Amino acid sequence: MSMPLREGLTLAGVALRLGGRRLLGPLDLQVPPGEVVTLMGASGSGKSSLLAFICGTLDPAFAAEGRVLLDGIDLAPLPPERRRVGILFQDDLLFPHLSVGGNLAFALPPGLERSERRERVAAALAESGLAGLEGRDPATLSGGQRARVALLRMLLSEPRALLLDEPFGGLDEQLRHRFRDLVFRRAAERRLPALLVTHDRADAAAASGKIVTVDEDFSNDHKE
Amino acid sequence: MAPALRQIEIPYLRRRGWLSLLPALTVALFLLPVLAGVIGTLLPALGFLPGLGERTFSLRPLRELLAAPELPGAVIATLVSGLLATLLAFLSAVGLAASLQGTRLFVWLGRLTVPLLAMPHAALALGFAFLIAPSGWLVRLAVALLGGGAPPDLPVPGDRLGLTLAAGLWLKETPFLLLAVFAGMNQLPVARFLDIARSLGYGPATAWLKVILPILYGQLRLPIYAVLAFSLSVVDMALILGPTTPPTLATLLLGWFDDPSLAKLLPAAAGGMLQLFLAVAAILLWRLAELGFARAAGPWLAGGRRGHRGGAGRRWGAAAALLLLFLASASMLALGLWSLARRWPFPAPLPIVWGLGNWQGAGPDLARALTTSLLLASTATAIAVVLSLGCLENERRHGLHPSARALWLIYLPLLIPQISFMFGTTTLLAWLGLEASLPALIWSHLLFVLPYVFLMLADPYRALDERYRRTGLCLGAGESRVFFAVTLPMLLRPILLAAAVGFSVSIALYLPTLFAGAGRYTTLATEAVAANAGADRRLAGVYGFLQAALPLAGFAIALLLPRLVFRHRRGLLMARGRP
Repeated sequence: MSMPLREGLTLAGVALRLGGRRLLGPLDLQVPPGEVVTLMGASGSGKSSLLAFICGTLDPAFAAEGRVLLDGIDLAPLPPERRRVGILFQDDLLFPHLSVGGNLAFALPPGLERSERRERVAAALAESGLAGLEGRDPATLSGGQRARVALLRMLLSEPRALLLDEPFGGLDEQLRHRFRDLVFRRAAERRLPALLVTHDRADAAAASGKIVTVDEDFSNDHKE
Repeated sequence: MAPALRQIEIPYLRRRGWLSLLPALTVALFLLPVLAGVIGTLLPALGFLPGLGERTFSLRPLRELLAAPELPGAVIATLVSGLLATLLAFLSAVGLAASLQGTRLFVWLGRLTVPLLAMPHAALALGFAFLIAPSGWLVRLAVALLGGGAPPDLPVPGDRLGLTLAAGLWLKETPFLLLAVFAGMNQLPVARFLDIARSLGYGPATAWLKVILPILYGQLRLPIYAVLAFSLSVVDMALILGPTTPPTLATLLLGWFDDPSLAKLLPAAAGGMLQLFLAVAAILLWRLAELGFARAAGPWLAGGRRGHRGGAGRRWGAAAALLLLFLASASMLALGLWSLARRWPFPAPLPIVWGLGNWQGAGPDLARALTTSLLLASTATAIAVVLSLGCLENERRHGLHPSARALWLIYLPLLIPQISFMFGTTTLLAWLGLEASLPALIWSHLLFVLPYVFLMLADPYRALDERYRRTGLCLGAGESRVFFAVTLPMLLRPILLAAAVGFSVSIALYLPTLFAGAGRYTTLATEAVAANAGADRRLAGVYGFLQAALPLAGFAIALLLPRLVFRHRRGLLMARGRP
């Protein structure tokens, strides 16, 4: 098996329609490995649907065209679970029926020994200052802890690209800073291309990458 | 690589596997046989029944039906009891919601509707009869408190017009319509709408009637029609509470279908069609009334009358709610008492000799009926849960959005009177060589269990945040792993509740058991009715109590199991929003 080149995430002429109405695009975009590209746009501009399209989970009510390439591989024929695209939403979406450790183990690739699964979960938690929380109910964690567990869970699934759907929106100012830095740092360490969707200018500035506005009216709407 | 050699990429689409066949299979399994059953009843109604050597179409069965001396009385009792019960149940459900919303009693009522709904018809009717009969528990208590002698001479149960039956049906159907009201209210921002109306000066009940009810009514329509069709054609409750000379139409027809000489078979089939006509006509009548009220309501809605602060309405509502809860729980209690009473002469308020003798006496018959009931209920429920989950998962994966018409299809077996199609269905089963077999029985139960299970599951299934599944997929889990490891556990509570409802529906079924089992299988429902016919209150108490206890046990398991399994998962226990 040849190692695919790290080319990052490429969108070529991606456009979304809903019921005949053009929602977004056509969009050409290159997200190099280790960089964060920010998509800005008003709500309803189809940003989240674009991320769903990249994941392969777009509602069939939408019509999409264009190509999405990850490290040179066209994602179109792959089911979501084989695309290796990680996504974080505004809510942490930790599975409420699983413990913290269960949530993390869910993301680990299959075929590992039980002991190894346990060790990888423990190591990931320790690395993020959450050591020993495996057995905890996610509902008993603080907001910041939950956000970090959600990030860890995604990283344990060994994604090759990161999609961030306003993942900092639900956190208060201080947590927001720290969590944002953590996410960007992890993405950079692993040289993952990251696509951030937000309507917060501070988030976009912190990403310190290219900023693309998907809604033409957007800049006018927010002048005041 | 030369561009010409580049592989043509086929966009990823979910394979349409076996799962997408499930909706078609489900429809085939329960809609086609119902329609075949109606046709199989219509043909003999027109004189065509090759099995009896009748091959010429004629109106003779209809003429025989119309000539039957019992018919006018039967039709009158049917219409009075069915229409009255539906009207009262509808007014009660709406009145309770309008007058009590926002109170603690209403929250309690919300919690109690499901167990109330679980009371099987036969058991509820038996308990209600034990309560209100001239020598019943209420009179005994009154005599004990106020004195008095002989039991009053009242034709209750069994009055000619079916008023007692209407009261029993009211007790049974009000919780069903209340549940529909609660389910509809859960989908609306009720509190915010009411706050706005209240801040505009409307009293609480008026605000509910003017703002919530008009939005809600569309969702109540099908449940109301189902109640209407059911109340007009109920058999087990009519056998216990209804008139006898003549009985209600459906009960009269059951006797004709059962007539050993087979001479009454064709007119009975014609009667089945008359029953269907009555149900359809009643639904159309209700629809006309809806339109009339909607027209008349326009000026009322816009007229600006604010209504009162609602103190009196609230008291009436509370009284009605307490009466409902009292009658249902007292009926259950009366069953329990009679099952344990060895000697309970009038006017003793409680049995004077207690014992387990009634239970022991019922012995092997009871065990047989219990086993059959449990087997039927658990098999039919399991199949219904699997089919419903399969259909819902298929709908989700392919992004299908079922229309309102699909809902009518699901309701169809509940809208067609059982007596109007069960005979034809039995003919179909006989033709398939499945007559009076266990698979036939299970299937006949599935017919009625499936709609309820599907309706109970659909809302929570569709309401589950789609992003949980997407997260699972993006973490590398395939569709089926996401289904089993994310969707099912997160929906454990609604799945178990739906199963409990399905289980209780099956335990309650009377007529389908009689027809599909050809009288060769006994269940708690058939034995409870039979014991009542034998005028053995103690035996009826045993069967009725056990029949009522099983669904309650099912609900207890459905409520407690998720709490046990997820006792350390606060997020999941708090996430349930529905009563």
